[in-house]
Amino acid sequence: MSIKLLLDKVHVEGIRTYEVYKREGGYRAAEKALKTMSPDAIVEEVKKSGLRGRGGAGFPTGLKWSFLAKPEGIPRHLVCNADESEPGTFKDRYLMEFIPHLLIEGLLIASYALGSNNTYIYIRGEYAWIVDILEQAIQEAKNNGWLGKNILGTGFDCNIYVQRGAGAYICGEETALIESLEGKRGNPRIKPPFPAVQGLWNRPTVVNNVETIAAVVPIINITGEEYAKIGVGRSTGTKLISACGNINKPGVYEIDMTISVEEFIYSDEWCGGIKNGKRLKACIPGGSSVPILPANLLLKTAKGETRYMNYESLNDGGFVSGSMMGSGGFIVLDEDQCIVKHTATLAHFYRHESCGQCSPCREGTSWMDKIFQRLEKGQGKMSDIDLLWHIQYNIDGNTICPLGDAAAWPVAAAIRHFRDEFEWHITHAAEAQTRNFGLAHYADPLPVVQ
Amino acid sequence: MSEEIKKEAPKKFTVTIDNIAIEVAPGTTILQAARMIGGDVVPPTMCYYTPLKESGGKCRTCLVEVSKGSEKDPRPMPKLVASCRTTVMDGMEVKNITSERTLHARQGVVEFLLINHPLDCPVCDQAGECDLQDLSFGHGEGGSRLDFPKRTFTKHNIGPYIQLHMTRCIMCYRCVFAADQLTKEREHGVLDRGYHSEIATHIEKALTNDFIGNVIDVCPVGALTDKTFRFKNRVWFTRPEDAHRDCDKCCGKVTLWKRGDDVLRVTARKDQWGEVQTYEDGTVGWICNECRFEKKNTNDWVIEGPTNVSRHSIKSVNHYINMLKPKETIPDVMGRNPKLLMDIHDVSEVNDPSIKLSKINGPATSKTFNKLIENKE
Repeated sequence: MSIKLLLDKVHVEGIRTYEVYKREGGYRAAEKALKTMSPDAIVEEVKKSGLRGRGGAGFPTGLKWSFLAKPEGIPRHLVCNADESEPGTFKDRYLMEFIPHLLIEGLLIASYALGSNNTYIYIRGEYAWIVDILEQAIQEAKNNGWLGKNILGTGFDCNIYVQRGAGAYICGEETALIESLEGKRGNPRIKPPFPAVQGLWNRPTVVNNVETIAAVVPIINITGEEYAKIGVGRSTGTKLISACGNINKPGVYEIDMTISVEEFIYSDEWCGGIKNGKRLKACIPGGSSVPILPANLLLKTAKGETRYMNYESLNDGGFVSGSMMGSGGFIVLDEDQCIVKHTATLAHFYRHESCGQCSPCREGTSWMDKIFQRLEKGQGKMSDIDLLWHIQYNIDGNTICPLGDAAAWPVAAAIRHFRDEFEWHITHAAEAQTRNFGLAHYADPLPVVQ
Repeated sequence: MSEEIKKEAPKKFTVTIDNIAIEVAPGTTILQAARMIGGDVVPPTMCYYTPLKESGGKCRTCLVEVSKGSEKDPRPMPKLVASCRTTVMDGMEVKNITSERTLHARQGVVEFLLINHPLDCPVCDQAGECDLQDLSFGHGEGGSRLDFPKRTFTKHNIGPYIQLHMTRCIMCYRCVFAADQLTKEREHGVLDRGYHSEIATHIEKALTNDFIGNVIDVCPVGALTDKTFRFKNRVWFTRPEDAHRDCDKCCGKVTLWKRGDDVLRVTARKDQWGEVQTYEDGTVGWICNECRFEKKNTNDWVIEGPTNVSRHSIKSVNHYINMLKPKETIPDVMGRNPKLLMDIHDVSEVNDPSIKLSKINGPATSKTFNKLIENKE
């Protein structure tokens, strides 16, 4: 049984309410932080803990907080990114839905550390019912003196506001989120300046994922040094993984990043193996935008070492034979799944969600989507595969925000690892309409096409 | 004394672009530094527009490789950066045309910009002064790899002055920034997102703001063109002339595009980068709708003289300044008198220069010459 820091109390009856949460030891960290620690000490504690951003990029949170500009007389803001729209990722929803006070407590501590008197939760518009849950939790916290003016007599004021998005994936990108929060069109800004210098209303802003903020609570509770002992290397602490796809037990799991991918998929404690006794074909380990991995590269790295569920191990081999931890959306595909169709779905998603601001993403995603639709209909040409490769290559890295990369990587990885399946789709167009390719030959990584 | 001046003089950053070093003030963008150098190292721009704040960064044609971040932190930047929005650091080394990666990325961007462009240059009023034409000529491929129908839009009539061709638009946002920063209220904007995003007025509305005509000048392609000039003439047949008039709304300094004595079109004056000129006192030469659309008579204007346009531009075909006039006589060209092997007139009566060929009916033959010579004698 592994350590649980975020979800250990999640099954307690009524944990959603303030009374039960407080009785179970809630707001202990907030009291400790506000009464006994200075803001800088909290930032130092988070730095020591080695906590990395849980939204996908994995940037060290303590470092991000220390970059926050602190000019005199200008308010600073903390924004919680709850715009969780990545296909396959639903860990924040679980956290907010079942244990909302953990997020509120984390936000309070982080706001105190960063000096943010007005803190915002930007929540995905589709999570309509969670808005009510959060609003209620905020109200309860306010009634009990954890929010509002002069919290615990420390002289620190903090208000938390919930803002709903309007259904745009792009608003999960931090600068687009800030634009949207300001009431503008959700277009990502061009960096620099970074939000830490000019963010919300041109004030210094920190944008953190829900899970990152929630993880601050156990860090304060057990101290950063203890937190850093959990996990391996630079992957410290626990991570929420939302597992879905062809597995026996889909759901949100908290892992301590020391278990292997094989254990995670096949152990009864976690995913419980592939459904209906089928074989594992491929897996996306970190949400739809990270590269897909075939079974042989997923369980073992290219060097033959066991792959573990942590930032470094999943990234082993770079994009040629590795993937990314991402946001923790663990999508498992069994032998019956069609990689072409799967990638086509993702391409369609990214085409739909591109903001249209910069040309490679706007034109490239739609072009890829059209080609995929043609492949799906059985009208593909052999040259389409190379064309797809070139399009994704031209998008990757040349866009304003990471959405372009996110659209390019799944396509690149699918072609890199499953090219034989793409070719079969074209050579056996009629057959591909009626049955799936089945297990791939798991070809070795192809050389990078320039 | 000299030490004092040194202290007062602002610190200059040295930036190297394609192995050419230049000293610029801190806060200068890579693009501006490249423009100071000039020539081939200047990255092309489609969305960046110096007089418009916040413009740039969207089209990705100006991507450059930064091979050395700065003197303090010499690491190269992992991604290509948009030179129009990236400020220089001291000791930065930038690769534009010397970087294959940059050129490859730029080629990709040009392809993306062109795949949904209708390529209707033969009927487009912008042809001849279109940034996209220049860009695709300089960086594009010969053919297209797109074999799908191109994107189309519902047509919007946006008023009596401006013609909108949404299919030609490359979504540079320049017109949105121009309307934001020049007019009292912006009436048009970007609707929808991604592939379907378009420039439009949300509720059918005419763009009639006083300075809205400037969106025609800032548009890099033929998406926004002048309705009063529509299909009147090709750009390269018209002759640009600088002119001015007293206008209480704007600076009144314009370029008239004339054919004969007719003023076909009035635009703001543009600098060598195709942007509306910024004058020495810092004002930008935006012009009002009245000057642009309603003063189409030569009498309205005080003409200053022909506009100075680069002779490499197609617009210069009707230009009379900065053109080398052909030298007329052989000694002027050769620098000496021609040395002839023999003088034809010494050996033959044919081609006798004293005989006027124009006075002969029909083709001249040796007989005619002989006859004429006999007559003469």
